Amino acid sequence: MIRSRTITAVAATTLLASMGASIFLVRIIDREHPTATLQATLYISSPKMLKRLSLGYEGLLADLYWTRVVQYFGGIHRHGGGQYKLLWPLLNITTQLDPHLIPAYEFGGTFLVAKPPNGAGAPQQAVELVKFGIENNPSDWHLYYDLAFIYYDMKDYRNSAQAFLRGSQLPGAHPFLKIMAANMAQHGGDLATARMMWTATYQTTHDDMIRANAVAHLRAIQADAEVTQLDQIVQIYHKRTGKFPAGFAEIVSVGLLKEIPVDPLGHPYKVEPGGNVVVSEPADLPFLNKGLPEGYVPSIVPKLSPAE
Amino acid sequence: MNSRIFHIATNTFREAVRDRVLYNLVAFALLISAAAVLVGQISIHIERLVVINLGLTAVSLFGIVIAIFIGIGLVSKEIDKRTLYTVLSRPVRRWEFIAGKFFGLSGTLVVNTFFMAIGVFAALAYVSHHLVAADLWILVALYFIVLQFVIITALALFFSSFSTPIFSALFAFLLFIIGSFANDLRNFAALTHGVTRWFATAAAYLVPNFSELNVIAEVAHGATIPARLIILNSVYVAVYALVLLSGAVLIFERRNLK
Repeated sequence: MIRSRTITAVAATTLLASMGASIFLVRIIDREHPTATLQATLYISSPKMLKRLSLGYEGLLADLYWTRVVQYFGGIHRHGGGQYKLLWPLLNITTQLDPHLIPAYEFGGTFLVAKPPNGAGAPQQAVELVKFGIENNPSDWHLYYDLAFIYYDMKDYRNSAQAFLRGSQLPGAHPFLKIMAANMAQHGGDLATARMMWTATYQTTHDDMIRANAVAHLRAIQADAEVTQLDQIVQIYHKRTGKFPAGFAEIVSVGLLKEIPVDPLGHPYKVEPGGNVVVSEPADLPFLNKGLPEGYVPSIVPKLSPAE
Repeated sequence: MNSRIFHIATNTFREAVRDRVLYNLVAFALLISAAAVLVGQISIHIERLVVINLGLTAVSLFGIVIAIFIGIGLVSKEIDKRTLYTVLSRPVRRWEFIAGKFFGLSGTLVVNTFFMAIGVFAALAYVSHHLVAADLWILVALYFIVLQFVIITALALFFSSFSTPIFSALFAFLLFIIGSFANDLRNFAALTHGVTRWFATAAAYLVPNFSELNVIAEVAHGATIPARLIILNSVYVAVYALVLLSGAVLIFERRNLK
């Protein structure tokens, strides 16, 4: 009896110790060979072949491939961006396996169109992907909206307007699409158009991440416009006094402004020695085109403040 | 159903329910349904889809494994344990024995599917916070899965009427795989000519048509399944199972059990 207990105790201790040792070893091996990940390889590249191999369970396989897309994109993005070589083939497989998987078109298009290092920088493939989505889901106006956005990003305002128009003709389409079709045709590259598009995105999405992204873009657009105006005021001050102000307090003191201006998040704007107007917390305002301090390198992963 | 078939079916059901492997497989299928909740969280916007796709796939695949592994032992176990002689020494005909075994295992699989379906719906309710009318189509997908089990059970029983358990399992599983390509086989047959076309067409129509019994991807997107397809599939499965059971009875009737 005692001997049996001893054996049990020794076996249990050995089991626990060896399990701990194996986990420890795997961690060491991972550190030695960090790139040995599954996501860098596409074992089967043919969607048709995969569909056959799925034995009719292609819906599940599509979900798993979509999860792989998210993990692949997120993994590269988290490590500072880079080349997204497998993004298109993975998205192609996902949507071929399940042509009705709408998130794959909506988010996949965004992943593809974004410029490196934030995305694959492959707008044509993004267009192809979303067009395939429209072919298979012709009654979903969101896809036309996504297509219009991709064209807008490509500065192809004519096709963007057409996509908005076609989407607006579908039953249940958001009324904004009609307005945007007209606006895009008339003032493609305006800040007002950009503001309108992001406002519509904010109002139509139920996704918190997209909402936060839309708000970040809207704040950047507002800050861009404010910096442009403030630059002009600084130039007026320079003409009057022959020097650039050390700060906005000086401009307020001469009556060109009523108070020290603040950005959309409430941080005060600053004036650099050369007279450039800059934001004081550039990391809080991703997607900003103007007002960035000299030498500032934007973060690869944009900081998205809460939508409210 | 006559009383003898009913008694054999009831005993088969009881015997299957006592099998611990059955509980392990059902538990594993339920675990996978629960895991679907986690898979949905590492992806974007497919929480509901994953629960339906992964949950129903688990129900289907585990049910098929249960159908094959219990089905192949229905006849051979009775011969090995010599209980078959006791049964057949009573006023029970061999065809009644086969029919009873078939209904018993089919009943077991229906009950299993019911419990696994509760797991899927529980996971779905957890993820979606509420169920919608479109979720009722999941019941149609589950019904089609049960129809798959009926064919698999009949296949396992057919092969086990003349073959060893290992070969019966192998044949049944291979036919499941080939049957999943039934649509492709028919398309392939249409592309060929002459005698090849003849044989290819015959093969394409002889294998069980599993490809039409899988509507998981469709119901995951809330698509409606035409009533006509439901009726046609039900009739097809009844007819196909009858073919297999007739074959099993024919072989079993002539089998020398001494």
